[in-house]
Amino acid sequence: MDWLDVAIRLLAVLVAFLVFPLLVGQLEHKAMAHMQGRVGPMHAGGFHGWAQLIADGVKFAQKEDTVPDGADRRIFRLAPAVALVPYLVVLIAIPFGPEGMVGEAPDAGVFFVLAVLGVGVLGSLIAGWASANKYALLGGLRTAAQLMAYELPLLLSAASVAMAAGTLSLTGILDAFQWWWVPWQLVGAFVFFTAGLAELQRPPFDAPIAPEEIIFGAYTEYSGLRFAFFLLAEYAGIVVISALTAVLFLGGWHGPFADQLGWLWTLLKTGALCFVVIWARVAWPRLRADQIQRFAWTVLVPLALAQIALTGVIKVVTG
Amino acid sequence: MSLGSGLAKGLAITLRTMTRRAVTAQYPEEQPELPPRSRGVIGLFEENCTVCMLCARECPDWCVYIDSHKETLPATTPGGRERSRNVLDRFAIDFALCMYCGICVEVCPFDALFWSPEFEYATTDIRELTHERDTLRAWMWTVPEPPPLDEAAEEPKEIAAARKAAEKAAEKATQGEAGDG
Repeated sequence: MDWLDVAIRLLAVLVAFLVFPLLVGQLEHKAMAHMQGRVGPMHAGGFHGWAQLIADGVKFAQKEDTVPDGADRRIFRLAPAVALVPYLVVLIAIPFGPEGMVGEAPDAGVFFVLAVLGVGVLGSLIAGWASANKYALLGGLRTAAQLMAYELPLLLSAASVAMAAGTLSLTGILDAFQWWWVPWQLVGAFVFFTAGLAELQRPPFDAPIAPEEIIFGAYTEYSGLRFAFFLLAEYAGIVVISALTAVLFLGGWHGPFADQLGWLWTLLKTGALCFVVIWARVAWPRLRADQIQRFAWTVLVPLALAQIALTGVIKVVTG
Repeated sequence: MSLGSGLAKGLAITLRTMTRRAVTAQYPEEQPELPPRSRGVIGLFEENCTVCMLCARECPDWCVYIDSHKETLPATTPGGRERSRNVLDRFAIDFALCMYCGICVEVCPFDALFWSPEFEYATTDIRELTHERDTLRAWMWTVPEPPPLDEAAEEPKEIAAARKAAEKAAEKATQGEAGDG
């Protein structure tokens, strides 16, 4: 692997990281609007408001970047980066197509991806702590509680796929993938996707942000570009969780003409899952903080354990 | 409703709404179709105004300004009496104060004030919201015809009175004929 190859791969990942979250954001603008009988942005950029998010970015860049008096300045300024960068790192390890269409494939890909994903959530945690604001602190603590609760089902369901494939490498899992894994790992897919949604603090699991109760949770004190980074991190997170679900449970690049169109299959599956994330936000009300905890421990964890048992039994019987 | 069916219903409704046409009207490009009784702006039909001042006195927030003077008309017949009448000098409504209650329109005994659906008169300066008689008169052109009455509605009073008078007259005529015969 020479330097040029590395540079091209990193550039491709960076471009994907900058483009896909914006596409998801735009999709959210438009899909949510139409689900509510509206049309969403129509003027920015001329054609159906395609440049709305660029305009938003310009607006955010113009705003003053304020830091509260009592805040822990360095940590406060660092938090958006902690929230955003891990998703970029995760994106490097996600295979988009067969035969090396991946930024860099670590051997223990599943481990790597899930470990780094957890770091992203820490961004809102330290933002909540460093803001010196009680609402931000409440939001941060709710984030922490949610992270604790949902990390477990996330890991367990991912472990089920790793057991099925007999490898921790994301590319290895995709190489071993068979179509009947989809029904086999269906429960695991549900648990993984739902837990991922909760880690991202997306509705219906957005009690840590809950504007009606605690202003905007850990992001209350943020403004300008730093706030925009948190928003970008949210949409990058949607892309990453959807892509991971597609890769782990829906066969990633597998599909007709996978040799040529593998990347398209990955993108289609990821896009469909992103749409589901948006759909859930529009259709469902927010769970209370205690309901979120109950759902994790009494529904998702047992389901994930049952999935692991099922995977183990079938693996032993067929293996 | 159980939890699962409620969640499914939410998904179904949002998806169905997404496949239908949005109800949004793109206002600056597309004018809204306002009903005839919309309270957009108040137009002044100044030919009907007798400067009775009822509108200015009834206005709850004193946004109607009226100035007038008295003119004396010479007698139309020899030896007749001179007639005096009010002449309107200024009629203005301050739409920064107006709360669109419509009391002035209601109290006007001579049908000089009308609601118009016209609403595009926003300004960047609050003082420009005081509109004088020429603008108010021009808004009369935007006043739509009154909508037709509901079929089940009561007859308008003036028509009912005229009809009753006509019926009475007809009855008298037939009675007179019967008496003759």
